[in-house]
Amino acid sequence: MDAINYDAELRRAGASATQGWRKFAFLAKRHVLGTVGLCFMLMFVLAAIFADLICRFDPLSVDSAHALAHPDARHWMGTDSFGRDVWSRIIHGARISLAVGIGSTALGSSIGVIVGLTSGYLSGWVDLVFQRVTDILQALPLLVLALIMTAALGPSLPNVIIAIAIPLIPTVARVIRANTLALRELPFVEAAKSIGMSETRIALRHVLPNTLAPLIVLATAQLGSTILTEASLSFLGLGIPEPYPSWGRMLSESAAEYVRTAPWLVIFPGIAISLAVFGTNLFGDALRDILDPRQRG
Amino acid sequence: MFAYIVRRLVLMLMTLFGISVIIFVLLRIVPGNIVDILFAAAGYVDPADKANLERELGLDQSIVVQYLRWIGGLLHGDLGYSFVSEKPALDEILPRIPITARLAGLALMFSASIGIPLGVLSAVKQGTRLDYALRVVSLSGLSLPSFWLGLLILMASVAMFGTMPLFNPNPKTWTEALAIYCIPAMAVGFRSAALTMRITRSSMLEILRQDYIRTARAKGASEPTVNFQHALKNAILPVITVIGIEAAFLIGGLIVTETVFNIPGVARFLVEAIRWRDYPIVQNLVMLIAVIVVFANFTVDMLYAALDPRIRYSD
Repeated sequence: MDAINYDAELRRAGASATQGWRKFAFLAKRHVLGTVGLCFMLMFVLAAIFADLICRFDPLSVDSAHALAHPDARHWMGTDSFGRDVWSRIIHGARISLAVGIGSTALGSSIGVIVGLTSGYLSGWVDLVFQRVTDILQALPLLVLALIMTAALGPSLPNVIIAIAIPLIPTVARVIRANTLALRELPFVEAAKSIGMSETRIALRHVLPNTLAPLIVLATAQLGSTILTEASLSFLGLGIPEPYPSWGRMLSESAAEYVRTAPWLVIFPGIAISLAVFGTNLFGDALRDILDPRQRG
Repeated sequence: MFAYIVRRLVLMLMTLFGISVIIFVLLRIVPGNIVDILFAAAGYVDPADKANLERELGLDQSIVVQYLRWIGGLLHGDLGYSFVSEKPALDEILPRIPITARLAGLALMFSASIGIPLGVLSAVKQGTRLDYALRVVSLSGLSLPSFWLGLLILMASVAMFGTMPLFNPNPKTWTEALAIYCIPAMAVGFRSAALTMRITRSSMLEILRQDYIRTARAKGASEPTVNFQHALKNAILPVITVIGIEAAFLIGGLIVTETVFNIPGVARFLVEAIRWRDYPIVQNLVMLIAVIVVFANFTVDMLYAALDPRIRYSD
């Protein structure tokens, strides 16, 4: 029997990768799919930031002489019925998808955290009321509630962000509430109480940081569905208004007409949505495995 | 158990009441009602005509009176009249339900028949290339927008057959009926198939680690017997929950898919009604969706208790 090489075993288990870059490299190697997802996400963030440098055409400028042009060296992904460059519109569309994705996830999660923490911490009638309201919000599918909300608020970027954020609140609130209820009973909270720490301070300094891991996992999972919901809303004509280049809008109902004549108008925006959502989903899965190993499948 | 069911039913009624209030208020804070839209389209505004029309549609009354009228009618089976077609809302909604129900049923069948076997396969072959490939496919199912999948299917059908499947309420041949319902159902069901597969996989993995599985193997049971008779039987419970809840939440996928394939079901009707500010249609359809979701949740919980003897609801 060979002697065990302890150094090699420790290296393989990532013992040397304790912090910073080395830890990241170790995790990246272990979660290949997650790394691929992170690369997709970075690609879209970079596209959104440097959209003006990447594109040679203005995404809004109409050029009827070149309407419905096939993809070629000048227009890499062709042009739409107004002669607008599809490549430029997709790159600029990343800004809208990112704004909606990050904006509504951040807004929904922050409100969800506040509701969940108060609900779990105060219990009593406050908890009861919050619970019933979450029941109500959860009885409608995300897209249906978002549709009604955008119809009520009117189509604009901030309104779409709000409309998608509100249906996200109940899920976050539920998770944070359950965590808060469990954490409240733990000895370290009791210890904090016994040295005379105020309830608010305990909630913010001791309970909240311990609910961060599940929150991050949940938020990443929601990021993908917010991007998809924005695309669906805009596809139905109730999301981001024209002429702004939203990926869903580019595929709007008229796209069925172009299935025959201009397939590039259908293919490219769809690829953009799918890759962005796929990337966040891959990354979210890996993040869940790392931060919340109990859920690992 | 009885007390539990009663308590659940009361909570369900409270939830539905809450939804009715929220939907009603949300629709009324919309800037501009149908009268504004009609008059904007006509290009002129005569305040007297406008006021007349608003009175005729009951829009001049206070929001509380409007709400009580709606709920009162709802309890008598009177859903009001569509603002757009001026026909009773019930006559507008009812004929559209079977179309959407058929699509949803087929989509669920598709997702269960694809998702469960592939999920089992992925779990049994955990860590292999096949498992990786299946996981990537299932994740892509959660990432592709279903309207884009629908458009791709239309594109493929143009490329292969030179035509698109147009909706026909009375399909003449068996193959036509198949194309009309099954193709959109697949576009809708792909997402839930992916979800079913993920849940089946993780639930199977958890069960396969348990002692009784090792015992079954030790006494010499064959792999298929262990996987399907011993493991899947227990692993299927969370899958049933997900399929049950997905059944109600399929509506999101149906909305966009019915729009892509031009299918005159309730899901597309909801979007049209929202665009036209056709309140009676929108509020009744949203209530219908909420009732379906709430009852699906209830049924799943009851089914769970019936299937798993360890679960007993008390008080």
